[in-house]
Amino acid sequence: MQGNGLENTGRAPAVLTARRAGLVGCTHCGKVHARGRERCARCGARLESRDERSLQRVWAWWFAGLVVYVPANLYPMLVTTMLGSTSQSTIMGGVIDLMHHGSYGVATIVFVASICIPVGKFLAIAYLALSIRHRVSMSAHGRQVLFEAVEFIGRWSMIDVFVVAILSSLVQLDFAASIHPGIAAVSFALSVAFTMLSAQSFDPRLIWDASEEDAA
Amino acid sequence: MSMIPDSAATPTPVAERETDGLFACPACDALMQAHEVAAGETARCPRCGERLEAPRRDAMTRIIMLALAALILMVAAIFFPFLEVGVAGRSNRASLLDTVTAFSSGLTAPLTFAMAALIVILPVIRFVSLIYVLGPMAAGRPPARHAWRVFRLVEALRPWAMAEVFIVGVAVALVKVAGLAQVSLGPAFWAFVALVIVTVLKDNFMCRVTVWKTLDARRQS
Ligand SMILES: [Zn+2]
Ligand SMILES: [Zn+2]
Repeated sequence: MQGNGLENTGRAPAVLTARRAGLVGCTHCGKVHARGRERCARCGARLESRDERSLQRVWAWWFAGLVVYVPANLYPMLVTTMLGSTSQSTIMGGVIDLMHHGSYGVATIVFVASICIPVGKFLAIAYLALSIRHRVSMSAHGRQVLFEAVEFIGRWSMIDVFVVAILSSLVQLDFAASIHPGIAAVSFALSVAFTMLSAQSFDPRLIWDASEEDAA
Repeated sequence: MSMIPDSAATPTPVAERETDGLFACPACDALMQAHEVAAGETARCPRCGERLEAPRRDAMTRIIMLALAALILMVAAIFFPFLEVGVAGRSNRASLLDTVTAFSSGLTAPLTFAMAALIVILPVIRFVSLIYVLGPMAAGRPPARHAWRVFRLVEALRPWAMAEVFIVGVAVALVKVAGLAQVSLGPAFWAFVALVIVTVLKDNFMCRVTVWKTLDARRQS
């Protein structure tokens, strides 16, 4: 089998999969079983040749994540009281504040973690899910890498929620300065969790099945 | 791992025994002939490049050591002062527990539980479960009761244990506070940094397929 040809054509050559051989592979430990078996003999995980409802769950969590992501951006993340005056800041407001203070590096970290990664994740998961039913230009291998990136990077958006928690516990200096969490912290945390669940519901084997059908 | 040529693609029912020498890629379902992978080598799926198996010499013992170290560091991180902030003579000390309970008032209260889970509870469950599952393996004993269920839990919790994400959050928070007040780092902060390093090392040693195979082999013997 030629690995190079695979990338040039954007399609994987026909390969014998456990499914085509009439078998079921365990997605946890790789053990192969005869069809019809419920649970893996080695690790006890539920066996499914292909998770048929995988895409439904992906979309359900995806929409849930999107619904809570909107208020996360509109409502305040932090409520700061300094010398009697109160100010509220949203996610984007926090980034702008950091830039005003000249902390461009940290502003970039927060911007990437709270805005680029969540938005990128919504787009990437939608693209992967759509690529199962529709023909797309990205190769199966490219989509596999994209999927792994989404799974790896998703949890890092939680940074801003942790920042809010640390600031709120640390900055409690009575009149001088105090910081409290805003409601956006909750909806943002939920959004991160829902999109993580959405990515976890995706069965990456579907990517390769779809590319196989294209080639045939 | 070598792939089976497509010419063999005749969907015939296969008896349980015949599937023993086979391995299916968890990411793309490619069917392969299973080979013994030597310690120190990494087997990748020829089709999708997924890391299939990467056994390391003494991996079990090392993982147990690292998990124990992580547990001790977590205890230190919880009980020592984490950060201290001072402004105009006033100061406030925050422990890890204070941080976790920062959301404990009003509408944000449910986040308290989530914070505790992500930063402390889930990492601790993972460390304890790993020691429970791998302890007997390293000692050459048969698997502990429910070792399979416990190791599945370890794997499922992996993305939700967010100690390393938390430490980056701390760094960002420090920069945000720096303009406002004087901040000093407590011993718990360094314990937590060490904990993150130990966790990353441990996860690098761990190869789930190797653990499953070892559990399987010990059950039969
Ligand atoms: Zn299995
Ligand atoms: Zn593969």
